[in-house]
Amino acid sequence: MSCSIFRALFTAMIFTLNSPIQASEVQVAVAANFTAPMQAIAQSFEHHSGHQVVAAYGATGQLYAQIQHGAPFDVFLSADASTPAKLEAQGQGVRGSRFTYATGRLVLWSATPGYLDGSDAALKAMRYRHLAIADAKTAPYGLAATQVLAKFGLTEAVQGKLVTGQSIGKALHFIATGNAELGFVAMSQVYQEGVLKSGSAWLVPAALHAPIRQDALLLKKGADNPAAAAFLQYLKGEQAAQIIQSYGYQL
Amino acid sequence: MPLSKADFAAVWLTLELASLTTLLLLLIGTPIAWWLARTASRWKQPIGAIVALPLVLPPTVIGFYLLVSMGPQGFIGQLTERLGLGTLTFTFSGLVIGSVFYSLPFVVQPLQNAFEAIGRAPLEAAATLRAGPWDTFFSVVLPLAKPGFITAAILGFAHTVGEFGVVLMIGGNIPGKTQVASVQIYNHVETMQYAQAHWLAGGMVLFSFVVLLALYSRRSTLRVWQ
Repeated sequence: MSCSIFRALFTAMIFTLNSPIQASEVQVAVAANFTAPMQAIAQSFEHHSGHQVVAAYGATGQLYAQIQHGAPFDVFLSADASTPAKLEAQGQGVRGSRFTYATGRLVLWSATPGYLDGSDAALKAMRYRHLAIADAKTAPYGLAATQVLAKFGLTEAVQGKLVTGQSIGKALHFIATGNAELGFVAMSQVYQEGVLKSGSAWLVPAALHAPIRQDALLLKKGADNPAAAAFLQYLKGEQAAQIIQSYGYQL
Repeated sequence: MPLSKADFAAVWLTLELASLTTLLLLLIGTPIAWWLARTASRWKQPIGAIVALPLVLPPTVIGFYLLVSMGPQGFIGQLTERLGLGTLTFTFSGLVIGSVFYSLPFVVQPLQNAFEAIGRAPLEAAATLRAGPWDTFFSVVLPLAKPGFITAAILGFAHTVGEFGVVLMIGGNIPGKTQVASVQIYNHVETMQYAQAHWLAGGMVLFSFVVLLALYSRRSTLRVWQ
């Protein structure tokens, strides 16, 4: 009895191992702020191309370190323009493959409805205990947030209130659980189809910080991977553009 | 040495956190361990299993539940707010509470083993000499279980020093308040400051080795902790 089960399992295993790979797989390292649109794009891309997408999400600086140390990614979707440029210069990326896939918008968000009234009043009033941001050293949205604070002359004043998430995803988590009353996150994390999903927000004017140009790069490991080329092609296309814009990015 | 002020602050904070946690754990852990060692209650196994949970759970699970329960909507958060303490996330007190949960089995289990090893005989002898329960505990149990207490303190302290996942979830990375050494190493690695990371990480390796060496040397001479 058990012998026949083992035989069946073994046969199934051999069969799986021997079956020809129908479609290729593309491994994509994705900046945390782009998580939601990436999931939608990956699903749509898989549906249209038959290729498989394996996405890993993290802070841009963290992904940069992983790529430098041989992480098996084919494509890198960064949250800034400088990190892919650095990787390309270091020979980790394919020359000339770099392009801007989205321009990010920074948002000041609170999980409490009505806490923010669509203006910067609550930020300046400072009646909060904790203001969450992503680490400015590793996350471009964190850097943009510190630029906004500097522009308002609040850098010193908020020092004792600032809590830092290792990525923009962690910062969102601090705010969503109410542990920080408000914080700077990516518009893509809290907006869908141009509508705020929950809580209250102030859409930070783009003039208050350096533009968050998010660049993509084909990495050396993915240079000969047809799925990687197809994915980048898809990312530049009309369908992906629609998804990207629907999450509050500009192109 | 390329270590900055923030690095030293992180090391100091780690030692403060580990000392305070160990002290609290000895106070909380002793009655729990005593009860677990002596009771015949049917709750012994479930309570023992709960105490041991942090041994097998990933620290992120503990951190996640602490983040949610200590937040303004959570039951601990609502309790502390009602007591006028505010919420405990992103505070040193919050880290202490997290560490107490995280290191609980490392203190309770050696104590429980030590109490069990004493057996009934010394307690019965004390009782025939008309020693009260407190007298018995302080003049018979404590001296006999002393090696167990030392093992528990060393393990609790060392395990708290090595804490990372819980702090990452509830700390918020505030220098001097919640930025402990393990998180500081992570920050250095993230920002490619490998020299600083090496100094701190190497220090941790050395510290852990010395602690374990002390522990194992004690064990081979005293054989209290099987």
